[in-house]
Amino acid sequence: MTVEERAPDVKEDPNRNVASKSVLKALRRAPVHVALIALLFVWLIPTIGLFINSFRSVDSINSTGWWTVLTAPSGLSLDNYRQVLGQQDLGSNFLNSLYITIPATLIPTMIAAFTAYAFAWMKFPGRTWLFLILVALIVIPLQTTFIPIGRFFSNFFGTNINGSFLAVWLAHTAYGLPFAIYLLRNFMGSLPREIFEAAYIDGASPVTAFFRLALPMSVPAIASLVIFQFVFVWNDLLVALIFIGGNTDNQPLTQSLASLVNSFGSGWQYLAAAGFIAMIVPLLVFLSLQRFFVRGISAGSVKG
Amino acid sequence: MDTRIITALEVVLVVPAVLVGYILATERLISLAHGKWRERIRPWLWLTPAFVLLTAFLIIPTIQTIWYSFHNKDGSQWRGLDNYAWFLNGAGLESLINNVLWVVFLTVGTIVIGLAVAVLADRVRYESLAKSILFMPMAISGVCAAVIWKFMYWYQTPGTTQTGVVNEVITKAGQSPIPFLVDSDYKIATFALIFIMIWMWTGFGTVILSASLKSISPELLEAARVDGASEWQVFRKITFPLLSSTIAVVSTTMIITGLKTFDLVYTLTANGSYDTQTIANEMYNQYFSFSQYGRGSAIAVVLLLAIVPVMLFNIRRFQFQEGIR
Repeated sequence: MTVEERAPDVKEDPNRNVASKSVLKALRRAPVHVALIALLFVWLIPTIGLFINSFRSVDSINSTGWWTVLTAPSGLSLDNYRQVLGQQDLGSNFLNSLYITIPATLIPTMIAAFTAYAFAWMKFPGRTWLFLILVALIVIPLQTTFIPIGRFFSNFFGTNINGSFLAVWLAHTAYGLPFAIYLLRNFMGSLPREIFEAAYIDGASPVTAFFRLALPMSVPAIASLVIFQFVFVWNDLLVALIFIGGNTDNQPLTQSLASLVNSFGSGWQYLAAAGFIAMIVPLLVFLSLQRFFVRGISAGSVKG
Repeated sequence: MDTRIITALEVVLVVPAVLVGYILATERLISLAHGKWRERIRPWLWLTPAFVLLTAFLIIPTIQTIWYSFHNKDGSQWRGLDNYAWFLNGAGLESLINNVLWVVFLTVGTIVIGLAVAVLADRVRYESLAKSILFMPMAISGVCAAVIWKFMYWYQTPGTTQTGVVNEVITKAGQSPIPFLVDSDYKIATFALIFIMIWMWTGFGTVILSASLKSISPELLEAARVDGASEWQVFRKITFPLLSSTIAVVSTTMIITGLKTFDLVYTLTANGSYDTQTIANEMYNQYFSFSQYGRGSAIAVVLLLAIVPVMLFNIRRFQFQEGIR
């Protein structure tokens, strides 16, 4: 705001002055609103387009743009959704995504919780160094682990588990741990020391202090972490490609969706509806738990 | 009932029980030990599960990958730096160039747009709505973003009705439509993909930068304005320098994201056609399509080396934060 703006003329009629000032202010703000709203418009359009296309028949998708519906709404139906959910494949892919994601979220969070407590409130030699290694592991590219782990899984205590849920659960658990421990340790470490000292004086064991104090007090951080890990695993394509691979029985939604995008053959007409179904779960999580979501995703964004 | 449900249920119930049981069992075990030994043993027992997993799935595999990278196809013969020479002279060069483009344009794009929105939204009443809209694509997977933008970039031959928004706008402006996703001229396909990633990540930049923006004291800015500084001067001389450490943090994230980019290229340009190859996609090709473990490993090591500076930066930043605490 420039200098002249701050110089109201006191001699003028005060009412008129206020009115002209607010008009002036609104005018000066106009470019801000225009720029911002234009940008938000650009950001929303792609998703709106997909949403509208998901209700249109394959013929209309192929012949006219989705925006024509806005002026002449016709030919919209739930057929695509009926087909996608009725079709065995995508329905079962949806369930696979859930089977993969829920254990792959729960297990690393639990392991991380007590590991983080040990890092935050127990004394042991090498604590700082070990934690620095952990910080380094957060950003390690998963690619550097695929080939050896693939070989390890092909003879995992005598059986080949490549293509099974167990393989992705193990991989996601290990890949998720460094960040999970980091996040929870930072949160638990910031809890007031007096609480734990008082508990120890009262004769509580570290186990009690962990389950009764640290864990309940860390719920906000755990919520952010659970949401982050859930969305990360749900949205993952790479780990599924490597460890589920060609086993179509166990493929998650992302994998079958990716092959739909590439083929203009069977299933192409359901692409929009299938895409919307795949994003509805994380979107609902985002809309319902936005605060934790933003915190979790922002903190974990560097993760491999 | 589907056996998959049973397995998943078992895992969800049994594994947590085992983990809690493990902690309780170690406590029993520790109680057998004498006085000060208890405090010495306990941390290690609590760390064991995580250590076993991290060692088995991250540390040892990384060392093995480095080892494989000096070997032939199936890891049976020592080949020195052959795989690296192959990568830098052949297909790898294209991936490296593309990844540089990804890193530069993704980082600049998300920070410039993210910062602009953070600054602009700070002045309007619908700020939180604006940030939510911008952040929403962060919830969407790379594959879903690919589906969304497949429709956005859709191309129909000139003269026919355009069905994609971008080409509709281009034709309305009197230009001929561009087949974005299959056009390797001027790396159009690569830039089309980078823009999708900017669309996905700008909200992240906005949220982080906006938080940092709000921590700047309003009195400081007001003092500058009273002294006659223009809005632009206030931004350039005060706001921007105060945001620099946050910008560095956002940059490291975007650099890593740009280096590791995979999903969009895999889904939209058939894993690297039309001059869009990246390091991660090439690694997938060598490993999965050609079973070239040596070459695949060398590519993974290149990716690791590119990320090491960011790793060191994060460690430094962590040490700094701990120092303040």
